[in-house]
Amino acid sequence: MAEIQNYTMNFGPQHPAAHGVLRLILEMNGEVIQSADPHIGLLHRGTEKLAESKPYNQSIGYMDRLDYVSMVCNEHGYVLAIEKLLKLTPPRRALYIRVLFDEITRILNHLMWLGTHGLDVGAMTMFLYCFREREDLMDCYEAVSGTRMHATYYRPGGVYRDLPEMMPKYESSNNKKKKHTDRLNYNREGSLLDFIESFTERFPSCVDEYETLLTDNRIWKQRTVNIAVISPERALNLGYTGPMLRGSGVEWDLRKKQPYAVYNELDFDIPIGLNGDCYDRYLVRVEEMRQSNRIIKQCVNWLRDNPGPVMTDDQKIAPPKRMGMKDDMESLIHHFKLFTEGYCVPEGEVYAAVEAPKGEFGIYLVSDGANKPYRVKIRAPGFAHLASMSEMVVGHMLADVVAVMGTQDIVFGEIDR
Amino acid sequence: MKISHEEMSARIDACFDGKMVADSSQFDELTFVLDQADLIEVSKTLHDDDDFKFTQLIDLCGVDYLTYGQDEWITQSATGSGFSRGVSRKPVILDDADTFDAKRFAVVYHLLSVEHNIRLRLRVYTGSSNPPIVPSVESIWSAANWFEREAFDMFGILFEGHPDLRRILTDYGFIGHPFRKDFPLSGNVEVRYDADQGKVVYQPVSIEPRTLVPRVIRDDNRYSDELKDSTDG
Repeated sequence: MAEIQNYTMNFGPQHPAAHGVLRLILEMNGEVIQSADPHIGLLHRGTEKLAESKPYNQSIGYMDRLDYVSMVCNEHGYVLAIEKLLKLTPPRRALYIRVLFDEITRILNHLMWLGTHGLDVGAMTMFLYCFREREDLMDCYEAVSGTRMHATYYRPGGVYRDLPEMMPKYESSNNKKKKHTDRLNYNREGSLLDFIESFTERFPSCVDEYETLLTDNRIWKQRTVNIAVISPERALNLGYTGPMLRGSGVEWDLRKKQPYAVYNELDFDIPIGLNGDCYDRYLVRVEEMRQSNRIIKQCVNWLRDNPGPVMTDDQKIAPPKRMGMKDDMESLIHHFKLFTEGYCVPEGEVYAAVEAPKGEFGIYLVSDGANKPYRVKIRAPGFAHLASMSEMVVGHMLADVVAVMGTQDIVFGEIDR
Repeated sequence: MKISHEEMSARIDACFDGKMVADSSQFDELTFVLDQADLIEVSKTLHDDDDFKFTQLIDLCGVDYLTYGQDEWITQSATGSGFSRGVSRKPVILDDADTFDAKRFAVVYHLLSVEHNIRLRLRVYTGSSNPPIVPSVESIWSAANWFEREAFDMFGILFEGHPDLRRILTDYGFIGHPFRKDFPLSGNVEVRYDADQGKVVYQPVSIEPRTLVPRVIRDDNRYSDELKDSTDG
């Protein structure tokens, strides 16, 4: 009889299912995994060190590039930490806009996750469906910040500017006939809020579409049910947060338990799983999309009724109005100081966390009173999730590694930082 | 059930009998400093005891306090000299000293109790040994595994009892600990493809360091406690 030995297999770092640049060293016994050792850091840019060398506001853009599919949620964490140090409360309209965009981002992230998770496991259609809806949400980003992904929209003290009154439209050209663009523009005639509202009316039926394709799909269930089961105790011990923790049945959501912004005024539910397997985590995330949709609706209604400032009037933190600078000496000085030196933040240390789509995104900020942070530590949810990769895949088949990576919702921008 | 910070502080004081010293927590957060000799015992109690139930280690990170409170441009009085953007490259400091300042490196733990809905921050100074050493809490919170590897990689802090203390984020064969304050921002080496040798080679960095915005510390009266109290009252 032939002697069979364990062998070591290299997975990645360039692999379509590696979700970026993950290198996995797998020890295999035939098709069964004995141990997995993720090698990370291929996308390490030293964001924390870079942030220490820049005035506070200049690092907001770096936060977008951490978890680059839930951009403004990362900004929210960072901005929250600075505001905590400055003891600054933004205007309520700004808080509602933040919640609105946090939830848009949650849907963006979960659509990305669902699309790629489906694709990894073999459901090609999911990818196409999800990216169709993502496109509209990206347009919201673009309308409000000018960029489709890396918004740099949140600022300490509020948000950069108010929501636009006009939604940008498609233009017809020789290649694009007017009939065609009119069809594309049907929900872009009003403001951004109208556009978002029409999205929220359409979106639940889109989620129904995804669920028709997956929830009772035999192949999908075979690939996810009872794969990578994590008990609630282990999930806590491994530092899981977000849908990974809720999938294991722990009812924990910062939006409910430690509310920030205006989440305590909004009506929504937290879905939790029962078995802690990949299928439950799928169900949790799908339900979260529906709940986010609910929150967006409430925010749209509130924002319609309550116009107002979206930025603090503290001129030491927020830049002055352009018009004011034309004839007001003080505004000019404030502008000059703010953009050459930034603002000094009182000495102290804070930890601020938000419920990012992937879990708890936290910023530990140490300030020694300077205009640059002394130490920034980014607590990325994916880091703790990926750390448990070995525990999740041991005893499973090679193909399940891909399902586990999908269920962990890995993005290397935040893990490697 | 949510419990208040005062309640938690009282429980900690009662249980640990001076082992955990409360740090000034001005931003509505609980911070305690403890000796590294007590770390494991305290952590076990915090994790297991029904009064605490800190079942989650949310974050663990190193901090290097080497240049804390130092600025690059004196702004206390009117400045006669401008700030030069060009920064002379300082010689690389090798950490071959036998000892560090005892308060140079710290490991900061962020704990979360899901049961009591409360957060707690612990700070442990590594003491003066070179390399700095702290006991590992991996046996209590599995999440510490990678966080400790990261702190080791970035700060060179060793964790005694860690099962697999390897570098995690930096390149294979990397030298130095990049998040230490004496490690230059642009690093020490850069890589390029050498056509003659037909491979990627390391060479000393060619980037000139520049500081676009100087680091300044200004006394801002708005944040001074004395003034605040007088205006409030």
